[in-house]
Amino acid sequence: MFDINPGLIIWTILIFVLLASVLGKFAWKPMLKALSDREHAIRDALGQAEKAREEAQQLLRQNAENMARAEEEYQRMVREGKSLAEKMKDEIVAKARQQAQQDLVRAQEEIQRNVDAARQQLRDEVADLAIKAAEKILDESLDAARQKKLVDAVINKIPKN
Amino acid sequence: MFTAFQETEAVQHAAADTLHAMSDTLHAGAAQVAEHGEPFNFSHLLDHIKDSHEVELPFIHLRLPEFPPVHIAGLAIDLSPTKHVFFLVVSAVLLAVLVIISARAYRKSLVPHGLSALTEMLLVFVRDEIALPSLGAAGVRYVPYLLTTFFYILIMNLIGLIPFAATPTANVMVTAGLAIVAFIMIQASAIRAKGFGHYLAHLTGGVHWALWIIMIPIEVLGLFTKPFALCVRLFANMNAGHIVVLSLIGLIFMFRSLAVTPISIPLALFIDLLELLVAVIQAYVFTMLTALFMGLGMEGAHDEEEHAH
Repeated sequence: MFDINPGLIIWTILIFVLLASVLGKFAWKPMLKALSDREHAIRDALGQAEKAREEAQQLLRQNAENMARAEEEYQRMVREGKSLAEKMKDEIVAKARQQAQQDLVRAQEEIQRNVDAARQQLRDEVADLAIKAAEKILDESLDAARQKKLVDAVINKIPKN
Repeated sequence: MFTAFQETEAVQHAAADTLHAMSDTLHAGAAQVAEHGEPFNFSHLLDHIKDSHEVELPFIHLRLPEFPPVHIAGLAIDLSPTKHVFFLVVSAVLLAVLVIISARAYRKSLVPHGLSALTEMLLVFVRDEIALPSLGAAGVRYVPYLLTTFFYILIMNLIGLIPFAATPTANVMVTAGLAIVAFIMIQASAIRAKGFGHYLAHLTGGVHWALWIIMIPIEVLGLFTKPFALCVRLFANMNAGHIVVLSLIGLIFMFRSLAVTPISIPLALFIDLLELLVAVIQAYVFTMLTALFMGLGMEGAHDEEEHAH
């Protein structure tokens, strides 16, 4: 246990140095490299995940904005449509009412004209009848022109309606 | 962490006490033993933790080749492989296979499964809890060295818990080798971080030149005590558990009575489980302190940079 054996020291150093160089080249280097590679990979993956999350959030925000804008647009369109419809309805009603008014006026005029014509005709006929009756009574004592003048004077004394 | 330190120290004390008690009982019972025949030889127990040129595995008895010692600068260095060299190599090969298999799994996918999940857990622990907090961002290049230190010591500590295997880290020569590597790494990282001039200037402790004659030896001594502490701490901790287990089992043979087994076997099991904990803790402590010492050596550079700004 306490034997002094320098040969063993030399063996130990020799084997250790040999082992250290072999392991350094074939074990520690690839393993440490794999470890740092993996650490980088994890760090990258985390960074990418963070970026993707931010992008997704931005998309979500954009989406919400778009939705809000679309909603607003829709509301506006509905409002405009409603007001347009209202206006059109008013116009149509007004036009219809005007048309009806015009038709009424025209019909009234037509009626008036017909009444006037009928009245004129009636007057003429009444005059003729009166002349004929007077002729019959007077038996041609007066010429036709004079008679007519007389009758007209009588008729004009009659109130118009 | 420090309670675990105290625990392992307590184990060492317990080990020493038990050995002491054992020898006392042995002397006291010598006469009694003589009646029963040959006394129990305790050196057989210690043979288990001693280094040797033989490896005893089930069904295999390996006799390792012995070479004549090499003479370098008047020192006779015996380079013939021993039991502990054998298990150093076994641990190294086992570790290399396990870790390279885990590393290859990453070619298929970056997500770890099974073995690579375990390796990765320990690797991330060493990198994020031991290396980088002490060394700072500049310490990334020393992470592979600290990983090798941690995993190699861990697997050597654990392999000693397998029956028939020996714990290389329970040999002070092996821990000395590891500490020498740590010493070189501590100095190299400091020189690299601060430059050689600043590294030498640091040895003066920043005091008046008249005091250098006192300061420089102290600082130089300080450079060596740190790895020396690493060496002794690991060796002593790994030995302690083994000695306690051997002592507990030795009680059976010493008393020559099966009545001791209900006590010594559960206690040995408990110490074994404690050793499992100590194996991990000592690998952690060695690596953490190495990282800490490297960080201390490199830290001066940051301070000076901050002063310059």
